[in-house]
Amino acid sequence: MMDAVTRQHFLGLNVERRYRLLYKPAVFVAGLAPLAWMICALFGGFGFSAGVDQVKFLELENGKTALNLIMLTLMITPARQLAGLPHLVRLRRMIGLFAFFYALLHFSVYVVLDLDLNWHMVGADVVKRPYITVGFTALLLLVPLAVTSTNRMMRRLGRDWSRLHRLVYVIALLGVWHFYWQEKLDVREPLLYTLMLTILLGYRFARSAWLRRLLTLLRVHRGRRPLGHPE
Amino acid sequence: MPSRVPRIAPSEITPPETYCNRRAFLAGAVAAGAALGSAGAAVIPARAGTPLHYAYDARDSVDALVDAPDQNRTPNTLEQISDYNNYYEFGTGKTDPAEYAGRLQTRPWNVAVGGEAEITGSFPLEEFLRPYALEERIYRFRCVEAWSMVIPWVGFPLAQMLTRFKPTSRAKYVVFETLYRPSQMPGQRVPILQWPYREGLRIDEAMNPLAFMVVGLYGRVLPNQNGAPLRLIVPWKYGFKGIKAIVRIAFTEVQPLTTWSQAAPDEYGFYANVNPNVPHPRWSQESERRIGNPFFHERQPTLMFNGYANEVAYLYKGMNLHRFF
Repeated sequence: MMDAVTRQHFLGLNVERRYRLLYKPAVFVAGLAPLAWMICALFGGFGFSAGVDQVKFLELENGKTALNLIMLTLMITPARQLAGLPHLVRLRRMIGLFAFFYALLHFSVYVVLDLDLNWHMVGADVVKRPYITVGFTALLLLVPLAVTSTNRMMRRLGRDWSRLHRLVYVIALLGVWHFYWQEKLDVREPLLYTLMLTILLGYRFARSAWLRRLLTLLRVHRGRRPLGHPE
Repeated sequence: MPSRVPRIAPSEITPPETYCNRRAFLAGAVAAGAALGSAGAAVIPARAGTPLHYAYDARDSVDALVDAPDQNRTPNTLEQISDYNNYYEFGTGKTDPAEYAGRLQTRPWNVAVGGEAEITGSFPLEEFLRPYALEERIYRFRCVEAWSMVIPWVGFPLAQMLTRFKPTSRAKYVVFETLYRPSQMPGQRVPILQWPYREGLRIDEAMNPLAFMVVGLYGRVLPNQNGAPLRLIVPWKYGFKGIKAIVRIAFTEVQPLTTWSQAAPDEYGFYANVNPNVPHPRWSQESERRIGNPFFHERQPTLMFNGYANEVAYLYKGMNLHRFF
């Protein structure tokens, strides 16, 4: 059983307290670290440098941080199931909101520093340049997720909350696609993200009821036990 | 261990504004007939950053334009120009060339001239460059990625070089090729582009006075990461037309296949003229970010032919620039 793996008390604190007093604050600080690093790099502090093109640096690093954090939220479910750490889910909301934060920063840098607040240019870009359409859509889709992230919203939406938050799969796909499409030629990094996303989504697909039904239909699977579960 | 390109001490670098004023002062001196070097006999030391001696020519194509924004008159700093490069032979990162180009041995260097011309052969660089008087030109530089700089190059007109080799009437195009040496150019070990890098111009484009063969930057020998020892600059076209580390020049009858249009034919064409009306398939070319502009006002409109329309528009009269991009 999974609970047997969780130590009930550590440092004299139970799980709920451990997460509230220790792990969540730690994750909060870690979530701010990329921003702190970028600000340091802008001013050349601690040996970090934003390079010659500081606007591009800010755009790229905020975008990649947002994407990385979305990937991190997608790793939580496999980690819970494979490593037997069910309480990791308590960190997911904070990480997801940080992803939204960095996506907003990324968009703000684009509007304010790249396009110099030329809103008509922003509009033209969103409509005419497919990679920006894709990126903007991903950002838009993050908004309902951020708005419904509170405990009250979770209670109010009930089962629909899970359905809505599956949008994160689409957002992750759009984000990687946006990254791929803006790259001039060297798409190795976006392809790496594509591979990571394939593994993360593939894992869910492999364990999904949907696949089970499909395989039962094809008479491959006997349709009794979920795939991958032990006796 | 790759050696970094020798760093020029900050005290040796003239700030861009002072550099421009020095230019203006010396323009007067040249006009008064005081030449600063003999015509011809260009001697290019091997070491990047070594001061160059050249007949000072205050030709500044930027000044010729009435509409050029003020910020286009101040060149970018040496650090900006030599620390932000697209030179995939050394890696695809913007700082890869600065980090790895020190490996490149720029001597001995030979330039092979061939094709439809009366005079062909392989020339050691010193012999190749000897007949030319060096001059300085401050040109706008516009990358296809929609960023731009203003750069004070040192070199000589391409037209002078071409006439020396006496191209025949069958020579319709000039083709250039970069060195292929994966042992010193680590990016060439990956087929991200088809090596060696190849570029070309129509012969009349090549004969235009603005086309410039470059050997120096800011009055000193060109840093390796900027294309040492010899590179082309075509200021009215996107930067990738400015082929670096040239080892081969050929006159051909047929339009050559250029590297970037081989890599993505729908995105990069043979002509690659800077044109705000012809977008890149994935992004707009209507405006650009000038590196070095004030932080909240980097973006500026892109000018037709990068602002050199007066000097080059005649080359494309009647041509459909959307089709021939």
